[in-house]
Amino acid sequence: MMMNAPDLPGWAALAVSFFLMAGAIITFIGSVGLWRLESFYARVHAPTLGATLGTGGVLIASMICFSVLQTRPVLHEVLIAVFLTVTTPVTLMLLARAALHRDRVEASPDVPGPRLPWERKRRQRQ
Amino acid sequence: MSLLGRIFPYPRLFVALLAMWLLLNRSASPGQIILGAIIAYVASWTMAAFQPPPVRVRRPLAVLKLGWRVLADIFRSNYAVARIILFSRNPGFTSGFMTIPLEMKDQYGLATLSIILAATPGTLWIDYDPAKGDLLLHVLDLVDESHWTELVKHRYETLLMEIFE
Repeated sequence: MMMNAPDLPGWAALAVSFFLMAGAIITFIGSVGLWRLESFYARVHAPTLGATLGTGGVLIASMICFSVLQTRPVLHEVLIAVFLTVTTPVTLMLLARAALHRDRVEASPDVPGPRLPWERKRRQRQ
Repeated sequence: MSLLGRIFPYPRLFVALLAMWLLLNRSASPGQIILGAIIAYVASWTMAAFQPPPVRVRRPLAVLKLGWRVLADIFRSNYAVARIILFSRNPGFTSGFMTIPLEMKDQYGLATLSIILAATPGTLWIDYDPAKGDLLLHVLDLVDESHWTELVKHRYETLLMEIFE
């Protein structure tokens, strides 16, 4: 049996809105962090809020909502969480390491020294 | 190589791929199970072509314990980072790099640690020096370096070594 969103029973509507709002607020705080934090490296930490608890809240809300509406367990949202958990670190590390590499080449004083000997030589020359 | 190993090079990967296929199609009908099994079978043989070193997971109970710890830390660090973003006058002022010497050598353990550190807000794995075993970490709230060393070494590394080494 298929139901539409207005037919959602009260308890389910409450639970769905709670998780949806919680996830949205956490993601929003992460976006505020992107704007408020100053350095590139500090900024990298902010979107993780949206990628962890933010997504978690929205996905749980979606699972409750469609499981109740379709009167059968809807669980494929779990896959979104798995894919995000596996891919987000790759992106974050790639961005942070690209920034670190550039800062090392420019011999910025804010980042720790290079590991490769040829990079070290270049830094000494500057 | 056992008979089962000759037919299924990566039985756990096979099961995971089949489960993924059934979840994606939102159906556990016999037709989808057969189709998913064929795809998972071909995919796990493609994986065999890469010849990755075998994963040995020693203690399944420790895996559950680690999962629970990471979940708790995700909540805790989300709260801590949200507080810094919203209420700190000068957010990001205390952020900085630090190095932690690691004893773990297993590459799957290191990969898991990098995912954990990247998935908990406030810490990010930047670089790892395999010769010295030094991990370069960026931390948003770097007031007390020993707190983060303690977190990585005692809360994660010991458990990961129990699981993978």
